[in-house]
Amino acid sequence: MTVKKRVAIVGVGISKFGELWDKSLRDITLEAGMYAIFDSGVAGKDIEAICIGNMSAGRFTGQEHLGALAADMGGLGHIPAYSVEAACASGGAAVRQAYMAIRSGEHDVMLVLGCEKMSDVNQSEAMRTMGVASDWEWEGIFGATFPALYAFIARRHMHEYGTTETHLAQVTVKNHKNAEHNPWAQFQKAVPLDVVMKSGLIADPIRILHSSPISDGAAGLLMCSEEKAKQFTDTPIYIEASTQSSDTLALHDRRDICTMDAAVVSSREALRKAGLTIDNIDVFELHDSFTIGEIVLTEDVGITQKGNGGKLLDEGLTEIGAKYPVNPSGGLKARGHPIGATGVAQIVELVFQLRGDAEKRQVSGAEKAMAVNIGGTGATSIVHILGR
Amino acid sequence: MAEHGVAQIWRKIPSMYNVIGNHCTTCDTFYFPPRPVCPKCRRKGHLEDHKFKGLGIVHTFSIVRQAPDDFKTQAPYVVAQVQLDEGPRLTTQIVNCEVTDVYIGMRVRVCFRKITEFGHAGLILYGFKFEPTMKVTGHPDR
Ligand SMILES: [Zn+2]
Repeated sequence: MTVKKRVAIVGVGISKFGELWDKSLRDITLEAGMYAIFDSGVAGKDIEAICIGNMSAGRFTGQEHLGALAADMGGLGHIPAYSVEAACASGGAAVRQAYMAIRSGEHDVMLVLGCEKMSDVNQSEAMRTMGVASDWEWEGIFGATFPALYAFIARRHMHEYGTTETHLAQVTVKNHKNAEHNPWAQFQKAVPLDVVMKSGLIADPIRILHSSPISDGAAGLLMCSEEKAKQFTDTPIYIEASTQSSDTLALHDRRDICTMDAAVVSSREALRKAGLTIDNIDVFELHDSFTIGEIVLTEDVGITQKGNGGKLLDEGLTEIGAKYPVNPSGGLKARGHPIGATGVAQIVELVFQLRGDAEKRQVSGAEKAMAVNIGGTGATSIVHILGR
Repeated sequence: MAEHGVAQIWRKIPSMYNVIGNHCTTCDTFYFPPRPVCPKCRRKGHLEDHKFKGLGIVHTFSIVRQAPDDFKTQAPYVVAQVQLDEGPRLTTQIVNCEVTDVYIGMRVRVCFRKITEFGHAGLILYGFKFEPTMKVTGHPDR
């Protein structure tokens, strides 16, 4: 069997992110899928399979079996439809499953979807469902909420490296500023530093404005083999590398809670496979479900040394226009974090960036891009490197 | 919710009440919570039950102010990772002190408490929390 060299992305689509009271899980998933198909120029009959990422539709909406649901709603008939879950990395997992299916030669043209509808349950139930992304039996059951676990990382990072509350807030300010120019973002609004720093504490030292919101949303990609890509578009974006790594489910079992070892391993492996170094990457989407997450990941992917993430923000090096732009979309913080959609939405943003279609949030001349999608508190890390 | 099932809680009573984990005699590593397989040695591992002394230090912590329903009446409360003297870390609440008194490096010991109750007339969950050690009890500073 010949293994195909590269996988192309020929279409992208995304729904509006936010608290979408008037839309159901089906509505938003269909919306993102249709946009991706229209954008690609692929006919419905050419789609051979679907892969859909979702964390917990069963708990958020009472519906499972999303693969078949997506095929049905899209009118795609009898094609196989695979549903995958990896907590907050479910979207990235769907992209990677499709990548492997296409590379293996099993399928040539696939629709990838990521979706989550979180606002149909109350905030308490939503919190509890997010908590099961950690080790429920040995963390959540003792009252350690998901924000509290990220607070564990933040507190320790501050203790060991002198990271400050100002640093936690600077990520919010940067990402909201970027999202001002993202028409799909939940919060298209800048927020001043002092407002972030005075926002309510939810789990010290994490404040409400250090945390991604509860969101509804979906995103989609049309992916195909390199040989087929030129049939559909003149501007295919290629997946140069796709990697995935695991770590202990519970944060307390990690070697070092200030480092996401899974992100270190998967990002190094991705750069090696793509034949690139970190300095070759022009734009990043890093998983900032809490702002400390972005700080830790800038260190773990190698933009800066361990402990230096705060200083990187002080120097403005992760802003659009600087050397390592991180989260031009607004990230999870400001674009919104419909859990299963996030990993796909990161890729959608990077495709816009590489095509030069990101308008006012465009990183000029971007040629290579990296997405890091994290599940739980770092138990899963999925990295994609894209290039044009 | 499945995570509130009686059997699911009952199975964990030895570990929840007495901080019983295990120890791999092949690589001399202690585990809490107990593991079904030693992840370092896998099939070469040999695990025996181990009752921890219940002494450790606060590795990191947070004050939970936005609490889930089952913990609403306790908020604000401190959750922490405690590094046990034998090596492993666990996640637990810190009690018997002001929430603002907890710090990284604080010496703590295990105590037995009600963790929560699952709704009115629901299952009551008991287990370990940690509290500051007191010099008078003669607990070593380490
Ligand atoms: Zn062992």
